Amino acid sequence: MLSFDDNGIYCKQANVYIDPWKPVDKAIITHAHSDHARWGMKHYLAVHNTIPVLRYRLGQDISIQGVDYGELFEMNGVRISLHPAGHIWGSAQVRLEYKSEVWVVSGDYKLQNDHISTPFELVPCHHFITESTFGLPIYNFPDVDTVHDDINAWWRQNKEEGKNSVILAYALGKAQRVINKLDVSIGDIYTHGAVDNINKLYEQQIGKLPLAKRIDASINTKDIQGAMIIAPPSADNTPWLKKLSPYKLAICSGWMQLRGARRRRGADRGFIMSDHCDWAQLNTAVKATGAENIYVTHGYKSIYAKWLQTEYGLNATEVETLYTGEQVEGETDITKEQQADEGI
Amino acid sequence: MKAFSELFTRIDQTTSTNEKIDALVHYFSIADDKDIAWCVALLTHKRPKRTVRSGELRDWSVEMSNIPQWLLEESYHIVGDLAETITLLLPKNSLHNDYRLHSIIDALIDLDGKDEAERKAYILNMWRQLNGTELFVFNKLITGGFRMGVSDKIVIKALAKFYDIHENIVAHRIIGKWDARHTSVKELLAQTDVNDDISRPYPFYLAYALDTPVDELGAVSNWQIERKYDGIRGQLIVRDNQLFVWSRGEDLMTDKFIEFHPLADVLPNGTVIDGEILPMKNGEVLPFHVMQTRIGRKNVTKKALQEAPLMMICYDLLEENGEDIREQPMQVRRKRLETLLEETGKLHNHLPLVLSPIVECHSWVQVADERLRSRELNCEGLMLKLKSSTYKTGRRRGEWWKWKVDPYSVDGVLIYAQRGHGRRANLYTDFTFAVWDGEELVPFTKAYSGLTDKELLQVDAWIKKNTLDKFGPVRSVIPELVFELGFEGINPSPRHKSGVALRFPRILRWRQDKTAKEANTKDDLLELLNVQ
Ligand SMILES: [Zn+2]
Ligand SMILES: [Zn+2]
Repeated sequence: MLSFDDNGIYCKQANVYIDPWKPVDKAIITHAHSDHARWGMKHYLAVHNTIPVLRYRLGQDISIQGVDYGELFEMNGVRISLHPAGHIWGSAQVRLEYKSEVWVVSGDYKLQNDHISTPFELVPCHHFITESTFGLPIYNFPDVDTVHDDINAWWRQNKEEGKNSVILAYALGKAQRVINKLDVSIGDIYTHGAVDNINKLYEQQIGKLPLAKRIDASINTKDIQGAMIIAPPSADNTPWLKKLSPYKLAICSGWMQLRGARRRRGADRGFIMSDHCDWAQLNTAVKATGAENIYVTHGYKSIYAKWLQTEYGLNATEVETLYTGEQVEGETDITKEQQADEGI
Repeated sequence: MKAFSELFTRIDQTTSTNEKIDALVHYFSIADDKDIAWCVALLTHKRPKRTVRSGELRDWSVEMSNIPQWLLEESYHIVGDLAETITLLLPKNSLHNDYRLHSIIDALIDLDGKDEAERKAYILNMWRQLNGTELFVFNKLITGGFRMGVSDKIVIKALAKFYDIHENIVAHRIIGKWDARHTSVKELLAQTDVNDDISRPYPFYLAYALDTPVDELGAVSNWQIERKYDGIRGQLIVRDNQLFVWSRGEDLMTDKFIEFHPLADVLPNGTVIDGEILPMKNGEVLPFHVMQTRIGRKNVTKKALQEAPLMMICYDLLEENGEDIREQPMQVRRKRLETLLEETGKLHNHLPLVLSPIVECHSWVQVADERLRSRELNCEGLMLKLKSSTYKTGRRRGEWWKWKVDPYSVDGVLIYAQRGHGRRANLYTDFTFAVWDGEELVPFTKAYSGLTDKELLQVDAWIKKNTLDKFGPVRSVIPELVFELGFEGINPSPRHKSGVALRFPRILRWRQDKTAKEANTKDDLLELLNVQ
């Protein structure tokens, strides 16, 4: 029912694309990360509470329709519904059913409960499209609460040493996840403008976050002491960041599982915190869907597909897409225009 | 092991030299003598003999983590470090025991000569009891190559601080041969003279590349200016009528340099000379590759001795009549070096020692001109040494500078890319470049470093979209991107299709202004070879 063409993942019967990377007429968007939600579609469809972010990133004037999780709608006989993916708040998997054949496009997903996203819902299917960002057995993510405890302990320690704590986390999803569990009794929380913009949308759509002050012209950076600052990865090595000295720098990402990844970034600390599945989660999800046909997209595609074929006897194939996985290096969070806005 | 793992973590989590020193000092204050000895030994590259092969580690870890062998290999390729890969693959343990660092190393050393079953039983038993950093450290102890982001200089500073001994003395005592299993660091540092190990060299003093405008260095007359030779930096030691030749990598290479053997009877006992070993004929320096072929050989043939006779160009005198004179100013040491060579030269002909000539200059302009002559003299550039400088240890700024000539450069076309190891596991960062041979592109070098992180990302994205073919970890790409590559030298190489091999190639910049057609040709490279 679905095929992969130059524009993206395509359903011919419904004449709709899912997360296309080139302009098309109709697009269902799994979530608002910029490698999945791109410009130029005539018409978008997404979960209600992700619409404000899509408008913020793609323009207020886009034509967009919202649906609820689980709400069933039809497109030329194809029964379609969106289900929680647990990746970031508002992220969805897309279920398509036609003539009793069921496909699920999972977009980006994780099984860990991050306490800000609606948890992943298992959707049984015949054909399952999965990412493989961390599709290697070396990736075993630690328990979520332990990581939050580690972050708070690190902040406390830095404060005692008279230093600020800076965490680089992408603005949509990770930043809210980190802030949500910060221990406000330790000190003040500040945010980079790009993070604050998304925080405001989160608070409108989902719920309250601990109080965090936006670093703008009204703030004297000299007053920021022993504080926690949340900034997007693009703020690294900028004059904006230098003004917060002395500080310790940490990165929150699944890539931090590898020593080399952290050292390359020159961060003091790497917290292993991801919005994607680790090895065990991937295997659990793939098996639980009951799907016989697995399409492996962005990540360690060929390795993971081979594993599914040889270990589970599944019909697994790798699919070339333009999705980029978990960003630490580059920046999918901020547009050029926004960077200009923030003066970074 | 717990304390040592904590030390490892603390050092790993900071980039500050002072914090690293503090972490070491703290460790010295809580660990016992035997653990301290091994800690210092490991950090200064003295490893216990390896008793478990990496093939065995692979087999056993695959068995224990219940994954196929190919998946371990794929994982290893991404991680880039076997010890880390195994640590990440092994199942988590609930069991936990604490071991002492030295008892683990002793146990590993004792595995030597034991049969496979016994060695396997020991390793698996340990794997069942260790987790996280401790497991990683344990695996690193087996595989060796223990690097903690700590330079010798940091270890020396920490020891000097903890034991309250001058850094220069610490540096001298911990360099060279000593056995961590039977030596305590406290005793090693407390030794009153150096006679216990007569082969022991002094730590080398290294210069940074000049990074300030040369005319900001003050009066030329304050500086001793010499040529920077392109050979093997070494220390020549005569003590007790015995000769020792050390390379900068702290390898004892006495056997390689037959020419120097007579010096044992010629130089006074208690002489240490710092200099550059290189091939010279009729007073002229020969290109570096002439020596390379000779050093590579196991036995030195008569022919090799004739074709590439080695000499030492003497830079500095560190020990005179058994006295450490490193704290004397450069100009004093230089005078004494001149006297020594003159006196011995009077008594013996054809010594393989030459005084490094001083380049007399009266202005920085003149210095700059002299630098430009470097290549025709087979030199890399100039050395600038403050006449008042003492002989320090390790790489230091301020008093010694190297001022190299600009590297050669050539424009090459990117044709193959491979994913980086470890640090760059997810990016295509290892590149192969080609030049034109008629209508054909022939590969001539690989290069890794030189691009900014941002450029690496751009190139990585481009590679993924412009792949022609994949074989294993390598992709061939559309020949389109041009890069300017810098290198320090060029040697003939029949093994390469291009006929040349570059020394220290690196990427200078991405020539986005050039098309593939505008890249250099094989003839251009061969031309450089001739110029040299
Ligand atoms: Zn995403
Ligand atoms: Zn994605």
